Amino acid sequence: MLTVLAVLFAVSILAPVLYSWWGRNTFYVLAAVLVGAFVWTLAYVPEVIGADQAAAIGEPNAPPAEVVEWITQLGVELAFRMDALALVMSMLITGVGAAVMLYCARYFAADERAAGPFAAQLFAFAAAMLGLVLSDDLVMLFIFWELTTILSFLLIGYSAHRIFARRSAIQALVVTTFGGLAMLVGLLWIGELAGSYRLSEILAQSSELSGTAVDLAMVLILIGAISKSALVPFHFWLPAAMAAPTPVSAYLHAAAMVKAGVYLVARFAPGFHDTAFWLPIVLILGLATMLVGAYRALRQTDIKLVLAYGTVSQLGFLIMVNGLGTEDAALAGIAMLLAHGLFKAALFMVVGIIDHKTGTRDLRKLSGVGKSQRPLLIISVVAAASMAGLPPLFGFVAKEVVFESFYGYAEVNGFWGWLVLAGVVLASAVTVAYSARFLWGSFATKHKEPTTFHGRPDAVFLVAPAGLAALTLIFALVPGPLQTLIEPFATLFEPADPNIDPTYLALWHGLTPVLGLSVLAWVLGLGAFWLFGRIPDPQRTVPESLDAERIYRSSIRGLDDTAAWLTAKTQRGSLGWYLFIIIAVATAFPTGVVALTGQTVPDHVILAEEPLQAILGVLIIAGGLGAIWAPKRFMAVLMVSLCGWGIAGQFALQGAPDLALTLLLVESIVLVVFVLALRTLPAGIWTKNPTRFRAGRALLGAAFGLMVMTAAALSMDQRVEEPVSVEYPWMSYDVGHGTNIVNVTLVDIRVWDTFGEITVLAAAATGVASLIFVKRRDVQRRQLHEVPTGSVGRVLSDKALSPSQVKEIQVARSFATVAREAWLVAGRTVAPEHRSIIFEVVTRLMFHAIILLSLYLLLAGHNTPGGGFAGGLLAGLAFVLRYLAGGRYELEAAIPFSAGALMGWGLAVACFTGVVPLLFGGQIFQSFIVDLSIPVLGDHHLVSSVLFDVGVYLVVVGLIVDVLRSLGSEIDVRSEQENRADTSMGHDIHSQTSLGVAR
Amino acid sequence: MTINLTLLIVMGVMFAVGIYLLLERSLTRVLLGIILISNGVNLLLLQSAGRSGLPPIVRDGLVAEDYFDPLPQALLLTAIVIAFALVAFMLALIYRSWVMGRQDEVADDEEDRRVAAAVGAYDPEEDAEVGTETSEFIDTVDPATGSVRVVDAAERNSENAAEDHGVDHSTGEGER
Repeated sequence: MLTVLAVLFAVSILAPVLYSWWGRNTFYVLAAVLVGAFVWTLAYVPEVIGADQAAAIGEPNAPPAEVVEWITQLGVELAFRMDALALVMSMLITGVGAAVMLYCARYFAADERAAGPFAAQLFAFAAAMLGLVLSDDLVMLFIFWELTTILSFLLIGYSAHRIFARRSAIQALVVTTFGGLAMLVGLLWIGELAGSYRLSEILAQSSELSGTAVDLAMVLILIGAISKSALVPFHFWLPAAMAAPTPVSAYLHAAAMVKAGVYLVARFAPGFHDTAFWLPIVLILGLATMLVGAYRALRQTDIKLVLAYGTVSQLGFLIMVNGLGTEDAALAGIAMLLAHGLFKAALFMVVGIIDHKTGTRDLRKLSGVGKSQRPLLIISVVAAASMAGLPPLFGFVAKEVVFESFYGYAEVNGFWGWLVLAGVVLASAVTVAYSARFLWGSFATKHKEPTTFHGRPDAVFLVAPAGLAALTLIFALVPGPLQTLIEPFATLFEPADPNIDPTYLALWHGLTPVLGLSVLAWVLGLGAFWLFGRIPDPQRTVPESLDAERIYRSSIRGLDDTAAWLTAKTQRGSLGWYLFIIIAVATAFPTGVVALTGQTVPDHVILAEEPLQAILGVLIIAGGLGAIWAPKRFMAVLMVSLCGWGIAGQFALQGAPDLALTLLLVESIVLVVFVLALRTLPAGIWTKNPTRFRAGRALLGAAFGLMVMTAAALSMDQRVEEPVSVEYPWMSYDVGHGTNIVNVTLVDIRVWDTFGEITVLAAAATGVASLIFVKRRDVQRRQLHEVPTGSVGRVLSDKALSPSQVKEIQVARSFATVAREAWLVAGRTVAPEHRSIIFEVVTRLMFHAIILLSLYLLLAGHNTPGGGFAGGLLAGLAFVLRYLAGGRYELEAAIPFSAGALMGWGLAVACFTGVVPLLFGGQIFQSFIVDLSIPVLGDHHLVSSVLFDVGVYLVVVGLIVDVLRSLGSEIDVRSEQENRADTSMGHDIHSQTSLGVAR
Repeated sequence: MTINLTLLIVMGVMFAVGIYLLLERSLTRVLLGIILISNGVNLLLLQSAGRSGLPPIVRDGLVAEDYFDPLPQALLLTAIVIAFALVAFMLALIYRSWVMGRQDEVADDEEDRRVAAAVGAYDPEEDAEVGTETSEFIDTVDPATGSVRVVDAAERNSENAAEDHGVDHSTGEGER
């Protein structure tokens, strides 16, 4: 079975290719494949009808089955089982499928391009439907079920350029997927209750399954069935789905897909028809659907819609009888299902031919077709008579046994049973009426001018409907084979009244009350047609409040509106508001959890490790609050730095010298960078536009702070496990060959973390540079000797200054006339008013010492506080000093490498330390020791991971240099250019030349 | 585990002030808020190391519990340096926002505002009244003859008049 399904799906994938070669003749091939599948199902007949239908897979005398393991952890298997019900359904699917494929070979134009994918979808649908009826696994059943839904969506939307087709497709998808999801819950539920996802096993133990859970699971499964089979209140999607090409209507919406719901009901009925809500749902909704569908069919003006509403009506009928759960009803239900498949598919095909040849399906325009198209008329009369339940046709045979089973049911169950029977007879009468209306509307001569028929339908076009119509006659005359096929399934049920012999399929049961009911239905139906059925006007629609499609559309609209409303309320476009919502949720949710779970107040609490810690704490808090109220921007930045320095103090007090050192260095650099970056922004901007909503923000901030404190305190209080780091000291010493545990953690134990981090640093530095430089960074500047003395940093021309300022500057310049470079390499390039001789001297004295110290921190970091990060930051600070003292040319002179190259080398060195051990048979990033014996300096152990730290050092230096060049040098250049532009706009040519701005 | 009240409170204040500043409009204040929040996170990590201890430099005669837990320290060290890179990047962003737009503020998202303003808008795909179609073959090539089947205008109009949907269903596009 798995092989056949695989072959069918493979053929559907190939179909578009074949179509591009052979055009619409491909449909012959597809029809032939389905005929092959039909023969394959026929071969199962002896084995299946001889088997014990109730036996699960693996039990003696079980129906043929195949099981392939799939997702064992979830209990999902590719389990297929061919019992009598599956066999009958398979024959219907493959048989009608073959007929529809043959019909397609004429339905589509010879040069229709889009039909290739269509052929694939239609064929895949047949495969999916076959998989659905063969599946013995609930999950597989659901997968095939949804596959048919999706394919139906694609097929209905075939004419994608028409809004009506698109909308109908989406509507069908939404409605059936909704039902499918409900069904999924029901399937999983019943699977869990039964402890198995095997359908046959669940049904075998259905007698042990009872209770509300089972009842509700069945309701959910029934929701799936009634949405798929278009029962009230979901019936509206089926008439709308008539936007699909007619072959699709004939196959999906008459013979196959809509029968999936009926199949599901028939499948679960043997075990579960006695659950609490089963019969009420099946009978009430079924009867309502039957009446509503028949009533609506009676007055449609589109002959395809007459059939569509007729199908809705018949589906209600089928669900009722298949869900009834008696032996007679099971036989009748399946017989009716087959009968409906045959006559309805034939009728749809006839409608397709009429539409194809006349260009309309409007019965007010069609006239005289019966006279000119005799073969079509004969086919239609046979099929429609079968639909109306007239002898000697299979529709009549099936309807007789349906009536009989309802009659038997009514005899046992009294009033309600008779009421149901009355409803069924009434609906059957209306069925007779709309069948007559269909024939009258399609073929009668209503006005003098006959409708033009563009060419005669050829034999290939007619053979499919004719064959189906012929079968409905043959099975009426020879019902025996079908009786044999269906009977094994019917024996799964108890008879309604054990004293009466089970019924059988036959044209003549004798003069029974049931025959009387049939005659009554014919008479009433023909009378109704005569009175109401021949009116060409469209039916007055039902009140809006009851129109299911309107209710559907307004609920979808309501959903859209609600979503738009909620979006508008929460997504107003303000980032602050988004953050407010996010943080409010992040506060409220954990607070709620803490409040609801009843936590105890921690009892191991100390105020502080030592008084100094508390004092530092007050300092930090003061800094934080100061940042809010600071009147100036740099004051606020200083306040935040104060917090950082305080926290560095806390690190030191707790016993973390590495952290204290690193944080101090970082805070210093951050302060400088802040000043460099924000110097171009006017100071006034800080106080401009103060944000409103102050109290709310303060409240949220306080609440969030409290929440974090509570969460931290509670989680620390409940910690019971030892920290993983108790192993670190010996690991660090024996494996990492270093005594500074933090550093060894960084470069050895958790080296991948660090490697990732330096990569992030390089990326961030590149980001900064690309934001500032835009085009390319590290622009080649002039040689130092070309730069005019005192040209850098001259912000304004003399004319823009006040007389007193000019005097001050003149004094400063008089001191800066020394030609020789005393302290710094590029000190002379800075404008005299910006130079500080003390700063230059201090820089001169300190720079090399700082660099040396940074190298010491780097190399000694493995055993004492320090390491690549601290060393790199310190070296960076040295360059900051050079830049501040001597301007951008000083920075270039201090470090004549591109920052990108520094970081690249850093990453390369780090990679190298990772990869090298691999060459010696070690693991990646494994550290090893090299013993060196150098004269004078003595014996030394070199640990390879120190080399990794060198990489870190280079990356950090590169980061700081990049930031300095971007936020420092480049912004310098830009400000000077801007000033020059401003000045030149003031027609001050001389001052422009005297400024001599240099890059 | 013992809870250090000073560190706990300082952490809470860092978060509270950080959130307050984060919700400001001024980009500079937002950045300061982010720095303060990362300070708070650093303090949280610090507390997870437990009571204070000796600096984690291995010496003979000491057991693991004597040292101040080194693992949170390693994590903190990376966090501090990453925070620096983040601050530098944000500063570059602020500078750029100043150069490009002369503003130091978080601007509102125009697209979001448009979405917010467009509640209940009519959507032709969803909301148009579309009449049902009575043929698949209107305005298409006749498959039998290969010629375009002409549906004359008068016929089409009478069709429209007969059905009261008022939409041109011969094309089915349903504009109104």
